[in-house]
Amino acid sequence: MNSDHVIEVRGLTKRFKNLTAVNNLDLNVFRGDVFGFLGPNGAGKSTTIRMLLSLIKPNAGSIKIFGMPLEKNRNEILRKVGAIVEKPDFYMYLSAYKNLEILGKLSGADASKNKIMEMLELVGLDKRYKSKVKTFSHGMKQRLGIAQALLHDPELIILDEPTTGLDPQGMKEIRDLILYLSKTKNKTIFLSSHILREVEIIATRMIIISKGTTQVEGTVDELLNVDKMSVSVEIDRIDDAVVEIKNSKWAEVYKTSVKNEMQFDMLKSDVAELNRYLNDKGFMVGSVVPVRSLEDFFLKITEGGQK
Amino acid sequence: MMTLVLIELQKIFRKWRTYIGFIALFGMTLIVQLALYFTQEHFVQSATRSLSDQFTLQGNFFNGYVVAYLILNAMFIHIPFLIVLVGGDLFAGEATAGTYRMLLTRPVSRLSLVTSKYLAGFAYTFLFILFLLAISLGGSLIFFGSGELIVFKEKIIIYAPSDVMWRMVSAYAYASLSMMTVMAFSIFFSSLVSNAIGPIVTTMAVIIVFLILSAIPVEFLQNLRPYFFTSHLTQWDGFFADPVDYKDLVNSAAVLIGHIVVLYALTAFLFIRKDILS
Repeated sequence: MNSDHVIEVRGLTKRFKNLTAVNNLDLNVFRGDVFGFLGPNGAGKSTTIRMLLSLIKPNAGSIKIFGMPLEKNRNEILRKVGAIVEKPDFYMYLSAYKNLEILGKLSGADASKNKIMEMLELVGLDKRYKSKVKTFSHGMKQRLGIAQALLHDPELIILDEPTTGLDPQGMKEIRDLILYLSKTKNKTIFLSSHILREVEIIATRMIIISKGTTQVEGTVDELLNVDKMSVSVEIDRIDDAVVEIKNSKWAEVYKTSVKNEMQFDMLKSDVAELNRYLNDKGFMVGSVVPVRSLEDFFLKITEGGQK
Repeated sequence: MMTLVLIELQKIFRKWRTYIGFIALFGMTLIVQLALYFTQEHFVQSATRSLSDQFTLQGNFFNGYVVAYLILNAMFIHIPFLIVLVGGDLFAGEATAGTYRMLLTRPVSRLSLVTSKYLAGFAYTFLFILFLLAISLGGSLIFFGSGELIVFKEKIIIYAPSDVMWRMVSAYAYASLSMMTVMAFSIFFSSLVSNAIGPIVTTMAVIIVFLILSAIPVEFLQNLRPYFFTSHLTQWDGFFADPVDYKDLVNSAAVLIGHIVVLYALTAFLFIRKDILS
């Protein structure tokens, strides 16, 4: 095993009666990664996270965290893991401080007043430490969720959709906090999300899953910043244009046509040349819309997942 | 383990619902004490009518001991309901609130968690019965004073004041064990569901069903009766027999403890394998 592996998952499968939520999933998270775990709603992200945290038992496959099998070393592993699973829920009848004290003690962490207040200050809740959690807004609970995940100074932080339900300012604060934890505190972060843009901003590596299986995995640079993209060209006399393209060097990158649009899979650097070629042949180009192939792909599976 | 139990106790005693039981128990005890206070002459006459024809009765036959004894008799039907209010919430409350996700992603084994919830539930039960002892015996001794305890069994037994206190304390201790068995049922049912109402209703239903089964005069059921936990819940009364049948009391306690052990083992077995989806 690669010694830099923090999470190593092989052939992970979870079935609920007739539904296969996660199917033969492999994934690798390395030390220092901000790992984006992307997928549409219902893709199996939360089920996978629950298996990583031993809340759910897999039907098949193996999970190693810090190089140790999860099943046999659960407590030792969880001592070094902080997590938010879906929305952070707390004991509503207790104060923010008391909640953190209880969860800190359960983690075997330093649950002293100083440490708890330090965490509350980090997430901007130090002024509300005495308030009962039932008086908190969703955003405040989300921030308290981050505080409880960090309280025992974990090496690996698993965040399941941490920005869900937050306003744009709240989303930015959480993103900044994740970047701070990654860059300043050298934490490994496993970030689940259904928003590609969010992962793109902060992740170093990512995986996209759909219907419980891996679709793509790699570094964000590899997957998002490649030159190859899907280009949609709006044009007049579409039938003539298609004939012209098929008889040219552009036939190799031509994909299909829909109504008055032609689609190409091509390099970003070639877009201007294609535009000039079509103009030179007397076609009127209305628009050239580049769509990165991964974004296009992700949108398709997201739409599919939401149907 | 101690930390876990203390955390569970904190959760129990910081909930408003926990105090409903204490308030209800206090209210009910006070009502019984007041009712007995205002009807004490009638009570003494009724209780001693058959004796006064043949004997000359001297002494205080209406006192704190008698009231505490009557209260324990009268309340034993209601206390289980107040116990399961808390027991039914111990696991299901976590599922409803979604706090399982926080709790079970900590480096604490599920077996430890089950054990701590059982121990905290038992500690609550013990404190609850202790509270009953304080207000029923302590309160009654203050209001009604001390005296002889008259007990009507197959024969009429009158205990001197010096012979009563140990019987009272032992009876309440046994009552704790009885209520811990009820608590164990409610915790077991609580671990299976994600709503506290279910375990509360189910535990009460189980008690009622077993009481009905015990009362049905069918040989098969009568043979099973010694193994029903409901047959042993009220055995605390055995401490007011003369002489006390310790063998019978130990046997009853063993049946109750057996129920607790089986329920605990079942809870642990199922909870360790449970997928947390809430």
